[in-house]
Amino acid sequence: MSEHSEHSEHIDEDKRDFIYIATGAVAAVGAGALGWPLVMQMGKAKDTMAAGAIEIDLSKIAEGQQLKMLWRGKPVFVRHRTAEEIAEAEAVDVSGLPDPQTDNERLMPNAQGQLDPKFLVMVGVCTHFGCIPVGEQGKVSAQGEYGGWYCPCHGSHYDTSGRIRKGPAPKNLEIPDYSYISDTVIKVGKS
Amino acid sequence: MSGHPSTYEPKYAVTKWLDKRLPIVRMGADFMTYPSPRNLNYWWTFGGILTLCLMTQIITGIILAMHYVPHVDMAFDSVQRIKRDVPFGWLIQPMHAVGASMFFFAVYIHMFRGLYYGSYKAPREMVWIFGCVIYLLMMATGFLGYTLPWGQMSFWGATVITGFFGAIPVVGESVQQWLLGGFAVDNPTLNRFFALHYLLPFVIAAIVGLHVWAMHHAGQNNPIGIEPKSKKDTLAFHPYYTVKDGFAVGVFLLVFAFFVFYQPDALGHADNYIQADPMATPEHIVPEWYFLPFYAILRAVPDKLLGILLMVGAIAVLFILPWLDTSKVRSMRFRPITRMWFILFVIACFILGWCGAEAPDDTAFGLKFVWWSRFATIYYFAFFLIILPIMGLVEKPDELPESITKSVLGGAAE
Repeated sequence: MSEHSEHSEHIDEDKRDFIYIATGAVAAVGAGALGWPLVMQMGKAKDTMAAGAIEIDLSKIAEGQQLKMLWRGKPVFVRHRTAEEIAEAEAVDVSGLPDPQTDNERLMPNAQGQLDPKFLVMVGVCTHFGCIPVGEQGKVSAQGEYGGWYCPCHGSHYDTSGRIRKGPAPKNLEIPDYSYISDTVIKVGKS
Repeated sequence: MSGHPSTYEPKYAVTKWLDKRLPIVRMGADFMTYPSPRNLNYWWTFGGILTLCLMTQIITGIILAMHYVPHVDMAFDSVQRIKRDVPFGWLIQPMHAVGASMFFFAVYIHMFRGLYYGSYKAPREMVWIFGCVIYLLMMATGFLGYTLPWGQMSFWGATVITGFFGAIPVVGESVQQWLLGGFAVDNPTLNRFFALHYLLPFVIAAIVGLHVWAMHHAGQNNPIGIEPKSKKDTLAFHPYYTVKDGFAVGVFLLVFAFFVFYQPDALGHADNYIQADPMATPEHIVPEWYFLPFYAILRAVPDKLLGILLMVGAIAVLFILPWLDTSKVRSMRFRPITRMWFILFVIACFILGWCGAEAPDDTAFGLKFVWWSRFATIYYFAFFLIILPIMGLVEKPDELPESITKSVLGGAAE
């Protein structure tokens, strides 16, 4: 040790700092580049994405009936609404609702570019904690105070347009991204 | 690791040889001779009990993993197969499932003990913080494990809990789907939950090592909360506390065995005997009993994000507890007023647990459960954030004994 100190070499501190920082920067970029795939592998895989779209034939749903289909691991409700249900949904003054939306805003244009209020397509997942609301045809008592859907988990009431009217849910039932691919067939989700 | 002068003398040639190269026998010997305060009561036996719980979970868990199939189509049946067809599966599966409950039961007693006797105060802050980390990891492990049998409560519990991440503003949905590996809880979710459920207990074991190291470095707290002053104030860990711990473990195992052999399903939920169905929600989603108080806090407020923040805050507040309690006196034995507040705190925790199990709009004693939850939640936070900081400043504690020996033997200590 003492031999070394006698020589008292000149140390360029700036050069050393530069080498430290450069080394550290390369290591950080390398760790980041390796870390990125390790983190991103947890995302949705290609097959999961590919299964992300389904086609539904509306002609098979009778008036007053509801079809429940599994889409992306969640149920999609397709309700063929009755004239009363449509009238009820359209008559609501939306300004006082927790999540104001008119009935028309919750529909997608059909093949002719027009809105068809008969078919209401929604993700059947309560916006509170993800339970599935009840309200299939024939279960009138289970349709909640507003004649639409009712979530039994924490008591959220949805109307005939799937809008939240009462209870803890913050938002209306979600409208999935769907489009009419013919007069009677819709495609839910983009593949 | 033990922080006291080593008295170990290697006797044999081989131990002498080893002692110079890897003093592992010395480490074990120092551990066994560790001077512990002579007045530790039975509340102090839960550290040993918890070690046993962790070992039980790891051993039974590794065995279950040899028979379990982490696939949505087979997971439920494979658990039933373990219970019915695998040799001694009827014993090992309930040991693991009941073991989780017993683990939490023991950890709650351990935590309340630390709270009552001020075991989190200087110089034991790191002991307490590592303990909180262990508790957090236990909650994660318990939740992940409960998903694996793929029953209705498994599935919907996982949906609700991962839904919390969806409440994060802006990035919530992306984060949630990243965690799930899909649009909803599905096979990728089950697979990663299984992998993580297998990993975390070993992380817990490592943190337990740090927890015990920090405790041995700072020295154990004791029921009167004053430091040992002389050799008379301490006893060697072995045989005095190995025997005391051993007796407590025996009693604990009696309770454990009662549940394993006579009530293996009493601590679970009947709905988990129905296979997971993403198209139908159980009428009433409830978590395992050990999460009920936090579930009640979550549901105490009508706002989803605020509820989640409160629930996270209820655990986060534990981490800063050493700096919230301003009193220099550790043990609540000498803090007559704070002791009352502490008893109320324990009651509030029980009320929260009860509220978590009930529907918020049902009533008890003329008050809706959601209101019971609100009052208990307010008290839970007030205890940490208001009562403990203020009581330390205004309360006049009782006189502390001169020494541990004096407090045990009184005049006979002379």
